[in-house]
Amino acid sequence: MDFRYTDEQQAMQATLQRFVARDYDFEAQRAFARSGIGYSPRAWSQYAELGLLGLPLPEEFGGLGGNAVDVMVVMEQVGAGLLLEPYLTSVVLCAGLLAAAATPQMQRALLPRVAAGECKLALAAYEPAGRYELSHVAATARTRAGGWELSGLKAVVLDAPSADAFIVSARDSGATGASSGVSLFLVPRDAPGLTVSSYPTQSGSRAGDVQLAAVTVGAEALIGTVGQGLVPLEKAVDAAIAALCAEALGIMNALNQATLAYLKSRKQFGVAIGTFQALQHRMAEMFIAEEQARSMTIIAAVNAHADGAARRRAVSGAKAYVGQAARQVGQEAVQMHGGMGVVDELIVSHYFKRLTMIDRTFGDVDYHLARFADSAVPRD
Amino acid sequence: MDLSFSAEEDAFRAEVRVFLKAELPAPLRENMLLGRRLRKEDLVEWQKILYRHGWGAGMWPKRYGGAGWSVVQQHIFDEECAAGGAPAQLPFALRMVAPVLMSFATAEQQAYFLPKILSGEHWWCQGYSEPGAGSDLASLRTSAVRDGAHYVVNGQKTWNTLGQYADWIFCLVRTSTAGRPQQGISFLLIDMKTPGVSVRPIVMVDGEHEINDIFFENVRVPVGNLVGEENRGWTYAKFLLEHERTNNAGIGNCKRELARLKQIAAAQPAGGRALIEDPRFRDHISKVELELMALEITNLRVLSKVHNEAGAPGPEVSLLKIKGSQIVQRLIELQMQALGHDALPYVREGLSPDWVPGPLLAQHFPAYAPPLSGRYFNYRKTTIYAGSTEIQKNIIAKMILGL
Repeated sequence: MDFRYTDEQQAMQATLQRFVARDYDFEAQRAFARSGIGYSPRAWSQYAELGLLGLPLPEEFGGLGGNAVDVMVVMEQVGAGLLLEPYLTSVVLCAGLLAAAATPQMQRALLPRVAAGECKLALAAYEPAGRYELSHVAATARTRAGGWELSGLKAVVLDAPSADAFIVSARDSGATGASSGVSLFLVPRDAPGLTVSSYPTQSGSRAGDVQLAAVTVGAEALIGTVGQGLVPLEKAVDAAIAALCAEALGIMNALNQATLAYLKSRKQFGVAIGTFQALQHRMAEMFIAEEQARSMTIIAAVNAHADGAARRRAVSGAKAYVGQAARQVGQEAVQMHGGMGVVDELIVSHYFKRLTMIDRTFGDVDYHLARFADSAVPRD
Repeated sequence: MDLSFSAEEDAFRAEVRVFLKAELPAPLRENMLLGRRLRKEDLVEWQKILYRHGWGAGMWPKRYGGAGWSVVQQHIFDEECAAGGAPAQLPFALRMVAPVLMSFATAEQQAYFLPKILSGEHWWCQGYSEPGAGSDLASLRTSAVRDGAHYVVNGQKTWNTLGQYADWIFCLVRTSTAGRPQQGISFLLIDMKTPGVSVRPIVMVDGEHEINDIFFENVRVPVGNLVGEENRGWTYAKFLLEHERTNNAGIGNCKRELARLKQIAAAQPAGGRALIEDPRFRDHISKVELELMALEITNLRVLSKVHNEAGAPGPEVSLLKIKGSQIVQRLIELQMQALGHDALPYVREGLSPDWVPGPLLAQHFPAYAPPLSGRYFNYRKTTIYAGSTEIQKNIIAKMILGL
């Protein structure tokens, strides 16, 4: 038993900390968020140089063959630096899905380009009326000569504006919420009939709604087995959830540090406010919440690629736990900063917003608490 | 990152299981798993069984007759005992006074006391808290005045656990009023049979006698029963607390209570379905289960740090105490809540193994029901004793956060 990061992981951690300090401080981050595309293309190239973009991808496709704990190390720093680039979406989620389920041809065509920073992917799966259910697919896939015709609307597709291609879930059979009958397709950004309407998100990155109006793709666009797309989709989203927990953990750590420093420096009534026991005890609770959230994040990372019920139990358990811990730490950090907690000029409010939006991403506390309880019964 | 136990540790776990299966008396096991009252003889018998197997004191060094286990082995042992229905060994002798004796007592004191702790011959209790000295322990006033070859002890100790069975008590006493309160405290061992020692039961919220007031009236204690140096007792007391607070997450115990909670919720009828199928109740279970999942890993993180870096656990054990006590309270509360109106009957006889319910009660009041409400009331103690939640937060704020 050993909970320490390996030497390589520690080196990666230190590299990213240096990168954030040098190239991605709060002021720079604000500028990237306000820019037209909402992230830094230069940073993206640097990620490629650092090997981040290929980290979890197979070595035969230009990746480093890293595991979910390696991703956890990266995502903690993504959180601490409030990094805006589509790392989670493109590398962890979409490239991860392709590495697990796509044909070797598609993998050869795309994964090396993802690892090199030449191609960005986004997941168009959630729908307007489906809330957090991946099985809620009203979008349709009809067979056409030599391929498929896709129609439907995908809501709040993360990093849609910068994506070069989308992974789209569409239904070839069955009712809207059925677990079979969902297929996955790779659809290029410039496919005729595909439109993206973009918007910024509350936490600075970009998203968009993706409309598919009789978009035709070839047979080679299919990812995995016809009608059985939900299984690899759910697996890929679970790996992304584990990574998202680590991002939240990185933010909680940063917020706790910031709040602790504030308690020691801010003076009222002639003394540092950290001398007040009412605040000391709440700060202690924030510390405990972070430590417990770290334990759950470790559970999620170690089980991120496990099969079936064990993975769901670990990942949903972590997402539900981290979600409530993040709410506590976020709200308390704001409260303890007083007025400074609710102004734009301090990073605290930006951490708080990101934590809040993480709980709205891929299922919130309630959703995952239910899925955690259901995971006692194996489904696949 | 490696969450798996080593092959040696897995083998040890298997060994503990085999041992429990062969050696744990069946009635004791059943009483434990049903949460019934245990008698002194039950605990002494179990200690003697462990002692005969060489496991009387898992983490004691071998030179004192211990098994020399690592923190991880002790964790595995505790977990298996809890799952298998074996009682936890009481901490007062094995984990509290013994480490102090090993570090600060004379060879003669060690040779006399340690073997009798190991074999279960001596039952020890603790004399720390006083009516005016609870969380502020250093303000204690029980006095020990030197008179020739004796100390003469006068005063009152309280919140003493199971002292009605004890052969010996280790006490913090005041030997000086000079300087800071911490500077005049000594660590004294007192034979409970000494004239002038009297025990008065305190009946607890659940109607049971678990704790006592202990009065000392001109009790003459040989100076040879002083541990270490006079007026250095506070140092030894802090040392003791560090040992007490290791392994205090109580993971194994919590796991057993969670399993029991699920069994009860599955057995309790709730208007045409089992209570566990009620989404509201299920959410209660899931939330505390998640806290426990997290704490199990947090606990292992602390243990493996001690194990891999050969250090002593630091103030992070306060986190384990806070969360462990809150989790077990919640589990016990939900067990009581699961009973619905069957939480109301106070059937004290039901705490005994030979109880048979009357014909009507038997139709709705299951065998697991009698102890549950009392346990809920009783378990409120866990966030109060051994450094209350508030004291633990003070420790985290000061020692970890630097506030």
